[in-house]
Amino acid sequence: MPDGIETISKRWIGAAVGRKEDEALLTGQARFIDDLYPIPGLCFAAILRSPHAHVRIRRIDVERAHQLPGVRQVITGKDVLELIGPLPSVVKAPLPYYPIAIDKARYVGEPIAVVVADTRYNAEDACELIDTEYEVLPPVTDLRSATERDAPVIHEAVGSNVISRRSFSYGNPEGAFAAADRVFEFSYSLPRYASTPIETFGVIAQFERAPDRYTVWSNFQGPFVVQPLMANALRVPGHRLRLITPPSSGGSFGIKQAVLSYIVLLAAVSRKAGVPIKWIEDRAEHLTAASASSDRLGTVAAAFTKDGELTGLRFRNTANMGAYVRPPEPASLYRMHAASNGCYRVKNISIDNELVVTNSTPVGLNRGYGGPQFYFALERIMEIAARGLDIDPAELRRRNFVPTGAFPYKAPAGAVFDAGDYEAALSELLRIAGYEELKERRAAARRAGRAFGIGLAAGVEPSGSNMAYVSLEQTPQERRRADRKSGANASAVVAVDPSGQVTVRLCSCPNGQGHATVAAQIVADTLGLHPDDIHVVTEMDTLTSPWSIASGNYSNRFAAIVVEAVAKCAEQVAQKIRLLAAAALDATADEIELHEGYARVRGQSNRGLPFRKAASRAHWDPAGLPDAIGPGLHECAIISPPVLDPPDDEDRIASAVTFGFVIDLAAVEIDRNTGAIRIDKYASVHDVGTQLNPKIVEGQVHGGFAHGLGAALFEELAYDDQGNFLTGTFADYLCPTAVEVPQIEIGHVETPSPANALGAKGMGDGSSMLTPAAITNAVADALGRDDISLPLNLQRVWAFANGHDATTKSRPAISSIRPAGRAVGEMLTGSGKITLFAPVQEVWRRLLDPSELAASIPGCSSLTQDEIDRYSARVTIGIGAIRGTYHAQIELRDKNEGSSLRLLGKAIGPLGFGSGSGLVTLQPETGDRTRLEYSYEAEVGGKLAAVGQRMLGSVMRYLIGQFFRSLERRMRPAARLDWRSWWLRFRRHGSGGEA
Amino acid sequence: MKPVAFDYYRPQTLSEALELLADKGDEAVILAGGMTLGPMLNLRIVRPRAVIDISRIEALQTISVTGSVVVTGAGLTQSEALSSEIIAREVPLLAMALPWVGHFQTRNRGTLGGSVAHADPSAEIPLALVACGGTVVLQSRWGQRRIGARQFFVGALVTQRRPDEMIMALEWPRSAPDAGHAFSEIAQRHGDFAIAAAACTVRLAKPDRVEQLVVGIGGVEDRPVAIDVSSFLGQAPGEMAAKLSEYAAASVSPMDDRSASAAYRTALTKVLVERAVNSALSIARLQRGRLQ
Amino acid sequence: MLLCDFLRHELHAFAVHVGCEHGVCGACTILIEGRAVRSCTQYAAQADGADIVTAEGLAPPGTLNEVQRAFMKHHALQCGFCTPGILCSVAHFLRQTPEPDERRVREMLSGHICRCTGYTSIVTAILEAAAMMRKGS
Repeated sequence: MPDGIETISKRWIGAAVGRKEDEALLTGQARFIDDLYPIPGLCFAAILRSPHAHVRIRRIDVERAHQLPGVRQVITGKDVLELIGPLPSVVKAPLPYYPIAIDKARYVGEPIAVVVADTRYNAEDACELIDTEYEVLPPVTDLRSATERDAPVIHEAVGSNVISRRSFSYGNPEGAFAAADRVFEFSYSLPRYASTPIETFGVIAQFERAPDRYTVWSNFQGPFVVQPLMANALRVPGHRLRLITPPSSGGSFGIKQAVLSYIVLLAAVSRKAGVPIKWIEDRAEHLTAASASSDRLGTVAAAFTKDGELTGLRFRNTANMGAYVRPPEPASLYRMHAASNGCYRVKNISIDNELVVTNSTPVGLNRGYGGPQFYFALERIMEIAARGLDIDPAELRRRNFVPTGAFPYKAPAGAVFDAGDYEAALSELLRIAGYEELKERRAAARRAGRAFGIGLAAGVEPSGSNMAYVSLEQTPQERRRADRKSGANASAVVAVDPSGQVTVRLCSCPNGQGHATVAAQIVADTLGLHPDDIHVVTEMDTLTSPWSIASGNYSNRFAAIVVEAVAKCAEQVAQKIRLLAAAALDATADEIELHEGYARVRGQSNRGLPFRKAASRAHWDPAGLPDAIGPGLHECAIISPPVLDPPDDEDRIASAVTFGFVIDLAAVEIDRNTGAIRIDKYASVHDVGTQLNPKIVEGQVHGGFAHGLGAALFEELAYDDQGNFLTGTFADYLCPTAVEVPQIEIGHVETPSPANALGAKGMGDGSSMLTPAAITNAVADALGRDDISLPLNLQRVWAFANGHDATTKSRPAISSIRPAGRAVGEMLTGSGKITLFAPVQEVWRRLLDPSELAASIPGCSSLTQDEIDRYSARVTIGIGAIRGTYHAQIELRDKNEGSSLRLLGKAIGPLGFGSGSGLVTLQPETGDRTRLEYSYEAEVGGKLAAVGQRMLGSVMRYLIGQFFRSLERRMRPAARLDWRSWWLRFRRHGSGGEA
Repeated sequence: MKPVAFDYYRPQTLSEALELLADKGDEAVILAGGMTLGPMLNLRIVRPRAVIDISRIEALQTISVTGSVVVTGAGLTQSEALSSEIIAREVPLLAMALPWVGHFQTRNRGTLGGSVAHADPSAEIPLALVACGGTVVLQSRWGQRRIGARQFFVGALVTQRRPDEMIMALEWPRSAPDAGHAFSEIAQRHGDFAIAAAACTVRLAKPDRVEQLVVGIGGVEDRPVAIDVSSFLGQAPGEMAAKLSEYAAASVSPMDDRSASAAYRTALTKVLVERAVNSALSIARLQRGRLQ
Repeated sequence: MLLCDFLRHELHAFAVHVGCEHGVCGACTILIEGRAVRSCTQYAAQADGADIVTAEGLAPPGTLNEVQRAFMKHHALQCGFCTPGILCSVAHFLRQTPEPDERRVREMLSGHICRCTGYTSIVTAILEAAAMMRKGS
């Protein structure tokens, strides 16, 4: 028996049963995608990716790569075009999404070519031998500039980077705002971040000629609604794309939905290469190009009466889709839509949605999917309004909650909230957080001049999505023309084998949530067995599993929907066992109870037979069974919750089956000197209906909080204004560790859901949706300013706390459409001056002398003059062990005889590319000396930008300093000084960094 | 994320290693713990022809006290240094800096010499070496050079080490028994490279007279620096921490980049120097009291 | 060849998980000569002759050690991908620090990234395992 079970519960549901999954995971026996070698002869793939944000592909020459020993095939987008089409999307604008670049690459990391080789090592070597020629196009990297009139267009056929706009109105928002006593408005931006499961994507793809079929093993998480889309992209009917998931998956949090494009790509590559292929994404690929939450710009307005009744809400959302719309996007914008009132009873709501493409990785599912963005708007404005109305934020929320007696509650945009008691949850939160005491401590801290703040955030947690909600992206007219969509099928199989052993088969694709354990609890209760007696299979196989489009692990659907299918299926088996036992015991089925491994006549403990004996009769003696009983014991149940209708013509939709409730409180103290946030208290109360397994519930709450905390404090997938990706390693993209995640107080309120037989609500997103808002509210309260944005890392908080504007550094508000040479934003800049022991004319002559140039450029091994004032050079740059040879082009411009000139340079090499320009001015000094001053701006892209941000400024300054130092040394009279003193001199004068 | 193909050499002795280094020059990299080099190799940022693994050269893994200095072999791991009684007693500043270096798991493998050779501007061990006024012992087939730490670090990732040289040892001046030391740091997360760090050593001749004073700052400039604090010598320690922190903040030329603006680095310099000086002073007072 | 690749794909020690290949996430942590180290930033050749233990070898087959039992009891793992690496670190850590407090446990754990649990249950499990081991010895 597993540890941790104190008493044998008659009902396993609700007990903190130890997990079935654990033993294999703890002993290294669990098998993940990269542990599988399901077929012999696997080759290994590596993907060459675009180092640039926006390019037209002029030429890809794979010849040298192909000749490398061990390389089987090198395949480009053009090569697979005969096998694949674009992945279909609900957005009708013409922006086809292929899993590999065809003529343009539109984000850093977009696949350009796939190398298939006998090892991953060889495949990576070969990637470096692919010669590419790109026409670099101006990029669009942030949402503001993407929508400007003169912005570069990413998809020419669309003609704009705004690919869709839709407006919605529920109730009478205009009236509400006109009649309001007070209106509050708040504009914000949210960064993109990602849950970064520790196991990355993996795909094993095989094409068989007979039968003509793709078989793919992948740690895909669903939703399987994209299986038909993948088959469609591969131009085969569904059954010819067999998709199998491995026994274990190392976390997902929504992210592993995005492996779908690699499933299509590698399936096609396998066919083209004629070998089965394994591809395991590495972490740099994952951070650069896997998926992310959608970054947003938004404005939210709230109308209130003077006594704090929320009467109207207005949302304006601009959502970044990345460079393409990858299905099921733009769902992130619509997942919360039907519940746009949050947990409040406000009736009048307007929503304007704008979808924008930029030169960044396509976004997708990420824990909370759309929730963190929505609640950042709603729960920030509630806090701002509370301050404006001078009402306690807890009290303001309480006054506006959907009242306890109002469930099921139909929300203005169509969501049906199944059950809840928000006031009770609030009271519990304030109790466990010690709210009154916290407020006293805040007052005392403020009297002592310290920055202490409290923030709340509350929200509903939609679970078990209606598969039709994404169609809100379309107008009612468009929807009428399309095929009708609704519902959310879930399925389960329960089978009892001839020896009486029970096996459950799920289509829920767990990634660590303990589905096997909970399914075993449900079946054990129904069949009167112990959970250890129930074997649960969670691998999916689209050729043999009873799956449907809603299968998979997303939108917290396991506890909201899947458990109902498991319970129903178990009941079908139980009924059959009762019939079998009744026949054997000469009783009626109604009289039989299944308990402790026996089927017994109720009340007669001596009249019974073991469960396995009853079950085996269905196998061993089918001829002897009564007519009412079919042979065998293999039941399947497929259910779809009845509430999930298609959207109506007023754009209302019951978007999910259950609506749990989460309410969080954060109390923080900020060190104004360092920007450090100390989390003084964090409390979180959840209503998940019946807790099926309290231990698993608690684990999800802690995990959701940690993800929310990371998003609040550290995490950002950052790009510079040229679209270079800046956070390519786990040393650049910062996830919280055990030291940063504090202990939290957890409370529960249980209002059982009527949506399933167990009373459970979906859960799992939990605080990941609310923690960013709660912590921001607390920080805003502590600092007394609302214009703060995430992530709240040390330097940003320090800037906010000290009256600086910290918003521009990582998400520049200024236009990033920047003609060459108009330097702003995030260039590496610097300047310096040196004194040269030569008169101005001599310095000028040397600067224009190619041989002098060659001698002064550090590591220059050849320099050829292409035309007047234009040179090509080969330069080896070594900083520490980081050494690379670059092809450089140098140009002299704006020559002002004897006074100034501009040096322009570009370089490209294996580690990345860079460009820059420097202005050099000369002034005569006494004693035939010349004072040379220089200033430069440069930028670096590619790998070095993604992993070297912390050092780039210093390294650039060093290299440019080296050039002038070398020039200086060459002009020095015979007296040779120790070069170190020149270095010191340079250091004294040099200064620089990022502007 | 796999390294480029390279030849792997694992010399058993120092002279073998130096031969290899002389032969391969800048086509070779020296691998000790691999905590920095390993990731750079896997990312293919470092693309050597040859990797010379010095982790099994026993002569590089020693700690000894020689006259006025403690000599640590370049291959001594950070966790060995952290558990060394000699270092705790004789080089308390290093002992205070080491818990800030990476994590339990990386310290088990990462070496003192590797950190110094890599010369990350934010790294703690180089800062401790600069603050102590320590020395880097470089060895090549042709001879030995000893370079003071304050000259050794040239810029971010740039040192005075020549390609044919390897760091053989670090020399750490032994702490005076009445000295107080402190190390303080601000990093985004536990174990991250410092955004800024400060190290301080102070000795009091009398309760009201500063006899010896060192303030080192890491992460702020492109290499660890020791601030010129000569004007504070001989003064009373009373208001020193506040004044010194202002002075240090005015003395540095901070880097200015995405992870931290120059203004932020300056502000942290002030905070950390004040913390380190106060803490070192209180230890120095205690030590004086204890010794009298 | 990276040591983690060698252990996994040549020796089929699949408990060695690979999460970042740059020495940060800790999933590939193993015991070399009893010390917890990353196997992604070492090469197979470097480990020639070394004594290596992976999570498969932390307890005799069919049994769980004290730490593994405590992890199960306190739900200190969800997807379990980071777990084998953590277990190796804990084995070394508790040998070196048999009476850790919460702060030290969290500092040791900061060399691992877990995105499922929020760490709290892991800390509880390690502290409890340490107490049980002290009682047992």
